[in-house]
Amino acid sequence: MKKILVTEDSAAMRGLIISTLEAMECCEVVEACNGFEALRALPREKVDLIITDINMPDINGLELLNFCRSNPLYQQMPVIIISTEGSERDREKGLALGADAYLIKPFRPEELQQLVLKLLY
Amino acid sequence: MGSQQAVDEFLAEAEELLEKLSQDLAELGEGIENGEVNPDLINGIFRDAHSVKGLSGMFGFNDIAELAHHLETLLDKLRLGKVSLNGILLDLLFETIEGVGKIVRGKAGNPDFTIDIGPYVQRIEDLLAGPNKNPAVSLKTLNLDPSLLNVLTEYEEHRLQENLSQGRLLLLASVTFPIDSFDTDLSDVISELKHAGEVVSTLPGVANDDPNRLAFRILFACNLPLEILTDRPNLNDCCFEVISEAATAGLKPESFEPAINPGQGPPPHPTSEDTSLRSVSHSVRVDISKLDTLMNIVGELGLVKGSIAQVAMDLSEAGFSQSRDLAKAVHSLERRLSELQKAVMDVRMVPVRQLFDKMGRIVRRMAQELGKKVELKTFGAETEFDKLIAEELADPLMHIIRNALDHGIENPSERLTTGKPEVGCIELRATQRGNHVVLEISDDGRGINPEVLRQKGLEKGLIGPGDHFSRQDLFGLLFHPGFSTRDDVTEYSGRGVGMDVVKSNISALSGIIDVESTYGQGTEISLTLPITLAIIKALVVHIQGRDYAIPLTSVLETLLLEPDMVQTIEGQEVIELRRQTLPLLRLNKLFNLDENTSTLGEFVVVAGFAGRRIGIVVEELRGQQDVVIKSLGRALSFVKGVAGAADLGNQRTVLVLDVSSLITDSLRGDTSLHV
Repeated sequence: MKKILVTEDSAAMRGLIISTLEAMECCEVVEACNGFEALRALPREKVDLIITDINMPDINGLELLNFCRSNPLYQQMPVIIISTEGSERDREKGLALGADAYLIKPFRPEELQQLVLKLLY
Repeated sequence: MGSQQAVDEFLAEAEELLEKLSQDLAELGEGIENGEVNPDLINGIFRDAHSVKGLSGMFGFNDIAELAHHLETLLDKLRLGKVSLNGILLDLLFETIEGVGKIVRGKAGNPDFTIDIGPYVQRIEDLLAGPNKNPAVSLKTLNLDPSLLNVLTEYEEHRLQENLSQGRLLLLASVTFPIDSFDTDLSDVISELKHAGEVVSTLPGVANDDPNRLAFRILFACNLPLEILTDRPNLNDCCFEVISEAATAGLKPESFEPAINPGQGPPPHPTSEDTSLRSVSHSVRVDISKLDTLMNIVGELGLVKGSIAQVAMDLSEAGFSQSRDLAKAVHSLERRLSELQKAVMDVRMVPVRQLFDKMGRIVRRMAQELGKKVELKTFGAETEFDKLIAEELADPLMHIIRNALDHGIENPSERLTTGKPEVGCIELRATQRGNHVVLEISDDGRGINPEVLRQKGLEKGLIGPGDHFSRQDLFGLLFHPGFSTRDDVTEYSGRGVGMDVVKSNISALSGIIDVESTYGQGTEISLTLPITLAIIKALVVHIQGRDYAIPLTSVLETLLLEPDMVQTIEGQEVIELRRQTLPLLRLNKLFNLDENTSTLGEFVVVAGFAGRRIGIVVEELRGQQDVVIKSLGRALSFVKGVAGAADLGNQRTVLVLDVSSLITDSLRGDTSLHV
């Protein structure tokens, strides 16, 4: 079972992402409602993929991504960033920092599922 | 994902988000008035609007998604400083959120429900077409590692620019923490920094020398001189680097709030010329959730006191000589505790004026749009109640006032022909009665014709043709879901999705709502609400092996029930109490407990609410106790007759009865509250 870390500060959105992932029945989900929790979860859980929202208070998704890319432990870890329609700059920065894929809200559940399958299997 | 349950969950979620949005907007409004707008608040509002959009899009509710999209665009421009914040913009935000709310509530009844969002979108576009603010200053001049800019979101970049153009001192704080405890350590530092300025962003990294430590860089705009900052005990480990010097002295005394460091002595004393830094105001703004926590702790202390008292009694029975001293100590603890409880309760109290002011704005705006002339008179604005109740009351009150304006008050010409003054009048009156606050909303409009209600009730099959219904029963129909007496629908009301929601909101606050109307002369709606919700004294009763708590504020008296006192009228058990008939309610029937033992030696708890009474039949009275009511959560919100659960202090959880709903439902003869 692969493990996915979902970092998203909106509880509703997080719930939706998690239920979409769980519906695939091929992965386990670890949730973090902000950057701090994600940083805490990383060394404890053996995560295979990170899905993170960009716009979060304090530690944003780009910073989380940058942390992974600059840390030998997580350098190779696939990261999907979630951004918003209209925030092209944030998305471009994420890709420049080494995000593997991005999703633009609102997205269809299948889009997320396909991305996960592509990156994990 | 398209299942009905998922849709319902989404709608509930959306409504919650919208409620939070309106609260935050109200706070933003206060911020504008005080000239202190918190950028985090705006960003939070933006993110919530964003969630509404994202969620509704994924559920295929394109109308909500589109309107929320425009809302989000507007908020995005606002948080990025591309439009300026003022009353007009705030009104527009309120309107748009109301519009989104309207669709969401409509869809709860009918997924195909929609409204024309064109006018809302137009207003947003009109506003955005106005002049934009000046472009921001460049960040290139900063003494900052350019790679750091690469991880900032557009919003964070904007905050950096904004702080730069305001000439604030910009700092980059570096600090490392052990990997095991970094989150609490980091939160301490961030909250300390937030007292002294704005935290723009926090960048995590790995410490160079130690793999077991995490390194953080915090981008920070500071209101204070650097020397003061470095003196703070929580910030001792931080290393500060100046990115941009403050333009002047960098001081903004009016926005400085002294940080409070509990357990670490007073904050470092400013040097002599810095005395102006002291806050002039003697009030502190506190997050309501902190008060909730305080309240819960006080409540739980009460429970602990209860168990100590029990130990004291046991010891006394066992003949220990020191037990008297212990009992004395418990007694004085009890006194202090109740003082503490009262003090905490006082802190939560707010005058109803805030609510009245809000309503004033609504009345002005609506009257203008509907072409009616109305004067709003308020009485008892200094009456106080719990902040939480005040917040929760805003929406129901708004509904009621909208109804009064839209359905009640006539057009000026119509008023003149019926001999009324041209200007209509809506009165808001708050009075405290014991542990309750009564809010009366009355208008001098056209009133409600009970015959029209009867007709509508017949049409909708809510009542039968032969049924006898009192005036009060007919007015009760107004609170039926989907019941509307108007055939046309205005932008404001008339969709029949108002009063039933109002009623359930009021019931959720353990309140009761009543309507009285004289056809042709006006309508009065009165809301009776408890002053506070959190801690209550309760009477614990026992029936069929179970304990229940009844809030003491609704208990009038208790009496012994002799079997020959009970009479049955139209299938309803009653007793005569001082020449008045008191309907009885048997908890074992209500909650479907075993019914065979209903003839046991029993007590009646006479409970009253808003002038109505009911006798609750129980087996045993266990005594009074302070309890902290905890909600049962949304999943169980459909359970009627129960206000919540409480811990009795000995690991036993009991249900707290909701007397107001028991009374309303049992007086209606509906004793099947279970589902």
